[in-house]
Formats: sequence, structure tokens, C-alpha cells
Amino acid sequence: MRALLLAALAAFGLVPGAARTLPRTLPQPPRLLSQTGLYAASGVVDARHLAYAPQYPLWTDGAAKSRWLHLPAGTVIDGRDEEGWVLPVGTKAWKEFRFGGRKVETRLIWKTGPATWVFASYAWNEAQTDATLVPEGGQPEAAEIAPGLRHSIPSREDCRGCHGREQVEILGFNALQLSPDRDPGALHAEALQPGMITLDDLVVRRLLRGARPDLLSHPPRIAAEAPATRTALGYLQANCAACHRADRPIPGLQLDLRPRAALRTALDQPGSYRIPGQADSRILSPGHPERSALLHRMASRHALSQMPPLGSVLVDQAAVDHLRRWIADSPFLPSH
Amino acid sequence: MSLTRPFLLALLGVALAQAGTPGKSVIRRGAYLVSISGCHDCHTPLKMGPKGPEPDMTRMLSGHPEALKMPPAPKLPEGPWGWVGSLSMTAFTGPWGVTYTANLTPDKETGLGSWTEAQFLQMVRTGRHLGQGRRILPPMPIQNLQLVSEPDLKAIFAYLQSIPAIHNRVPAPIEPAATPIPMH
Repeated sequence: MRALLLAALAAFGLVPGAARTLPRTLPQPPRLLSQTGLYAASGVVDARHLAYAPQYPLWTDGAAKSRWLHLPAGTVIDGRDEEGWVLPVGTKAWKEFRFGGRKVETRLIWKTGPATWVFASYAWNEAQTDATLVPEGGQPEAAEIAPGLRHSIPSREDCRGCHGREQVEILGFNALQLSPDRDPGALHAEALQPGMITLDDLVVRRLLRGARPDLLSHPPRIAAEAPATRTALGYLQANCAACHRADRPIPGLQLDLRPRAALRTALDQPGSYRIPGQADSRILSPGHPERSALLHRMASRHALSQMPPLGSVLVDQAAVDHLRRWIADSPFLPSH
Repeated sequence: MSLTRPFLLALLGVALAQAGTPGKSVIRRGAYLVSISGCHDCHTPLKMGPKGPEPDMTRMLSGHPEALKMPPAPKLPEGPWGWVGSLSMTAFTGPWGVTYTANLTPDKETGLGSWTEAQFLQMVRTGRHLGQGRRILPPMPIQNLQLVSEPDLKAIFAYLQSIPAIHNRVPAPIEPAATPIPMH
């Protein structure tokens, strides 16, 4: 009975020190990028990793990027939820960022258990031979990317802020981003290089389990009548919807910028942010770019108003131009 | 056995209660931490009393009063004076713009009523508005709060959820004028 009592108490943390007796051997990120398994030999990426390029890339001040995913041998992706694939334990994803042809940082997301993930960022050395783990708080102003502007490596908390805490997602690796029905107007889209994985490859190689049977005959595509709307919604999906989504609500905000919900939750909504000097400020005001807070915040790099709030010090002018035209023309309104 | 079983069930009941809502001792601890950490200094508006400015406890921790419409921020000299505050100690202007102190009461629409404990911890750890937005702005000493232990942060949150909810929609911060203000 005593043992039962102690076990019951321990289960609820009522025995002093009980929690401290539990094993706490959570995997830690290696000190060097070269120790993470990315390379088969010095500077040579392991050919077994899956290189990919999302159709709607995230804007990071014009950085050139390379991405790889490692699936442990014999494992597959659970593709039942098309918007939130469940990756097997042991999955690793790397993203390399280059400015001016030089590698600046490589980020790692590593699924170490059913609900545990390691986030790590590695800063490249001057000789470009390896990269070193940066502290948990990130590395501010790690490299100059334009006169007077420097790229900061985000903190691990910031990584979790975008990728999730419990249900972590590799944001550029899902059915829409890998769809063969690529948006020809996608902003900053990278051409698929030989050997890059696509949705078709994942299905053919039986790496995706549980996906709908017609996934390849009807691959994911943002539903929009006008090409400009498809492109705008794709951009918002990649650059805004990691945070602004109804299934991960932000207290007090109802904004959901995923393609299916963006227009419904943003059009003519007052939002909490007011454009300075603008009496009638809306999140997205059809026909009125000057009243659209979404556009104002995209075009701002003031600490108080910029969106996204981290990861960028340069305005994505091509995106601002596209969204300004799109809002002015409003091809999503019934009259069109 | 006849005595042990009720005792075990009672203990389990206590444990379950602890797993759900925080106990009184946790809330008391939170109240103590809030009182010694200076939260009231800016989040409880000051009012003028017979002995000078004093906290308006009818608005305890509800942030900058919605009804107190501030005029445009004064133009600041080039320095070394750098920032000014309202008499209520809830509005501030400086090189970062204009900031208003937040409503920390559990009002669901305008305060922390719709927040989870995890979101509160995330806000502190990241130092970001709502846990994932812009940086939390001056003069909030978020760096001090980031040094507080997790149990103490949970106690603070538990206390803030236990106080009276006050409906008070604090204005959003305002960007500074486009002309940069010299910092030195």
C-alpha cells in the first residue's frame, strides 16, 4: 500500500524531488554543423538527404537558400493532414542561408522524440569550412548584408515561435509547398534543380503514407480566380501564416492568413494596429493600399511595426509592389 | 485499509486540484512577486490624492486608461533629455515611439483573460509582444522578468488571473516621427 501511495503521489509531483529523479537526457545539438549529419564528407552534402525548394519561399532579405531533409531509413511521413504532415522521429531538416555568395548560417530542426524537437543555428566561420552552434539567444548582427544592415541569427525561442512548440512543422516542406502545380507568379521562386524532391517523388518513392488517393491527379493549389490573388495568398501563407493561423491563436487576434481564411479574416477588419496619420485603417482595405495595415507593416522595418517581426531587416519590395497592385485592383471582389 | 483508502483518495483529490487550478499559496506568492517587482508602478494608473499621486487601486493593473486620450507626443529636444511620461505613469514617449502600459487583468477582450499560462511564459521568454510579435517596448523591464524562475512566473500569472477583470482597451503603440532622434 505504501508503494502504491508513493507512486500515486509521485505521479502528481507531490513527492519532493520526484521530478528530479526522472531521466533528463534530452538530446543536445552538436557543437559543429559538420557533426549534425548533413555532410557525407567535408563540404559534401550526404546524397541520401532530400533537397527541396518550396514554391513560396520565405523572404530573408534576399538570402540564397538551400534546404535538405533527412528521413531515417525505413520511415515514412504521415500525410493524412495535408497542411501538417507528421514527420517520423529522427527527421532532421537543414536550411543554409547565403548572402553575397557566402554562407552565413545553417539552421537545424531535429525531431528527437514523438513530441520533442531540437532547434539549433550554426554560424559559418570566415574560412567557410564549418559552422559553430550559436547560443540559445541567437547571434545579433552576425553578418553585413547591405551597407549598414546586418543579418541576425534568431534565438531558439524565435525558431519555436514560427515552427511551433508542440506540433512543430517544417514550414517549406508540405503538400502545397512541394506541389507540382507550381505558381508561375510566385515571388522569389527558386527553380527546381535536378535531384530535388517533389510531391510526386515522395508518393512514387512511398515516403508519404495516408495522403488522399488523388493527390497527384489533383495536387494542392491555392484556389483563386485571378493569378495575382493566387500569388498574393501564397506569399502570405509563406511569410505570415506561420503565426497568423486560427489553429494557433494569438490572444486577442482573429487574423488567419492561410489561403482559405486570409480574405475572410483580413478584409475590412479594423485590427489592433493603426497606420500613423490614417483615419480609416484596416488590415486589408480593398482598393485602398494606403489604408491597408498589412501592406504598411510589410513595407516597414521600424521595430514597432515591421512584419514579419523578425528574420528580416530589408523590405521585400517586390512583394510590397505586388500586394499594393493587388489591393488596388482587388481582383478578389465579386465585381471582377 | 478502511482509513488508508479515503486518505489516498483525498491526497489524489488534492493532487488533481493542484494540477488544474493553482492553490492559494501560489496566488499569494504571485501577489507578493507582483508587489515587490514594481508592476504596479506603471500598470496601475496614478491618480492625484491628498498627499500627491497615488495608485488608483480601482483600476489595479489595468494599464493605461482607455478614456485618457493623450495628445500628440511632445517634440523632444536633441538631448540629453530623452523621454517623458504621463502623469498617470501609464504612457511614455521616447526615441522608440509612444508606448502605453498593458492591461494585466483577466478581462477576456482587453486583458490577459484569453491567455494561457504557456502563452504568458512564451511572452516572457521571447520578450515579444503576445509572445511572437514585435519586441516588448521601453520602459517595460522585460529583461528583469526573464530572470524570474518558471515557478515564480507561473505564480505571477496565477495571481494576475485571480484579480478582478477590468475592461480597458489600451491603445496600440505609436511609431516615432520619421526623422530619427539622435540617441547621443
